[in-house]
Amino acid sequence: MSVLVYTESENGKFKKTALEVASYAKAVASKLGTTVTAVTINAEDTSALATYGVDKVLNIFNTELDVFNAKSYASAIAQAAKQEDAKVVVVSQTADSKYLAPILAINLEAGYVSNVVETPSNTTPFTVKRTAFTNKAFNNTSINTDVKIIGLSNNAYGLVENTASATKEDFAPSLPTNGVKVESVDKASNKVSIADAEVVVSAGRGLKGPENWGMIEELADVLGAATACSKPVSDLGWRPHGEHVGQTGKPVASNLYIAIGISGAIQHLAGISASKVKVVVNTDPEAPFFKAADYGVVGDAFNVVPQLIEKLKAFKAANA
Amino acid sequence: MKILVCISHVPDTTSKINFTDGDTKFDTNGVQFVINPNDEFGLTRAMWFKEKQGASVDVVNVGGAETESTLRKALAIGADNAIRVNTEAKDGFQVAKELAKVVKDGGYDLVIAGRESIDYNGAMVPGMLAELTDANFVTNCISLEIDGTNVKAVREIDGGKETVATSLPLVIGGQKGLVEESDLRIPNMRGIMMARKKPLTVLDPSSATQETNSLSFEKPAPKGAVKLVDADNLDELINLLHNEAKVI
Repeated sequence: MSVLVYTESENGKFKKTALEVASYAKAVASKLGTTVTAVTINAEDTSALATYGVDKVLNIFNTELDVFNAKSYASAIAQAAKQEDAKVVVVSQTADSKYLAPILAINLEAGYVSNVVETPSNTTPFTVKRTAFTNKAFNNTSINTDVKIIGLSNNAYGLVENTASATKEDFAPSLPTNGVKVESVDKASNKVSIADAEVVVSAGRGLKGPENWGMIEELADVLGAATACSKPVSDLGWRPHGEHVGQTGKPVASNLYIAIGISGAIQHLAGISASKVKVVVNTDPEAPFFKAADYGVVGDAFNVVPQLIEKLKAFKAANA
Repeated sequence: MKILVCISHVPDTTSKINFTDGDTKFDTNGVQFVINPNDEFGLTRAMWFKEKQGASVDVVNVGGAETESTLRKALAIGADNAIRVNTEAKDGFQVAKELAKVVKDGGYDLVIAGRESIDYNGAMVPGMLAELTDANFVTNCISLEIDGTNVKAVREIDGGKETVATSLPLVIGGQKGLVEESDLRIPNMRGIMMARKKPLTVLDPSSATQETNSLSFEKPAPKGAVKLVDADNLDELINLLHNEAKVI
């Protein structure tokens, strides 16, 4: 009865969350007095997993799984869980893992808790803490089923090294027939996604128009950050919907979130509140964002942002 | 085409979140309830299928009698029939089991749910429902076109989007993008009057039970005051982010 963790990869390389869920799975396994088995799908080099406490790696290589498919992936992971007699399965909360987890839960007749932020506080009953009400609260939840699935919130646990000597096995699950076929993927390969980003630079109506986003993109470039925007900005069509963060947009759980010209509506703050450090730049000192931020600059974005870009470039050159 | 739209009854996005009964229950005192925003985008898309392709649109909620005002609002927007499964579901799995029974008994071709509710944020009911009813499933859906039983949908992924081909029967986890914010409909007086006469069927729950238990709620620890940095002293901001917050 090991803890099984699905370590997600893309184009053969582990996603940032893969090593985090492995670290977390190791902590859960230690509480239960058992080992960690990772399951990978078309990952090229799995050696990093041993550094984060994985005892055994099941490698699935199948060209039919080159493109993500929730039903097929869920089925493959379920078969791995059954083979390992796993009582706990850990997944991340990337778009793909959130897609497959409910299917996996039905396949394994397992209780699933999403958005988990800590290791289990208790093992009988098995109790985890999750976020609810779009980060406005936490909810302590117990799982009653024999097999339990935990969806670990991105960036909630971090990376914890625990060197193990991982054994490796190939694993060949049978795949279900599948009624959903991916026809095309439209993804900027040179841009960091909001989900993967350590730093997110976000801007709102204070920017006055889409033509002024050049400096936001430049600031993001300097920081290696993803760009995001407030709801009004995406509703106005200044920026693509995919950049909208907040309660009805994407959630953000970055290490650093920089909000420029965003007043901080309650729905926006809820969606970004899982970020660890928040910085606000706004002309209005009464803007609600100042109550939610760690650091604030009262000032005009058109004055502050270009200066910040230059100073960050100098800082990076000095610390390179 | 028979469409079922799942409607969650959730606190308005501006609600203050508090708890009662020893922090075990959400405090509904003074809270305005609305159609879950992710569901409302789906409902509006369903109206388009009704008007342009002759689909029938039913709405469903699993919950107590207090959710009927939200179902009536969906009827006022234009749904044909409402169904309420009369039980206080304890988790997403129990909701999915109840919905699966409604879907099978009603012979629905397309189920549109929100990708997640804004209160529980479980993001699990649509996927579980699809698997329980043997339907295809696309979540984070931002575009949906149907021709006969052939479906073309677009899913938002981390850092982009993907286009998929699938077919009915299908479950969708919808969100903004399925229709634009400006396409959302406010019920007019005629719609509200008609909604009063539309059927709202109350069904007894099945014997489905939950897999998880909500034990208690906590609110996040209050945050310290913001540190203000002068706009003419941005070196100090960089210093704080580097040496104090250690994020750059």
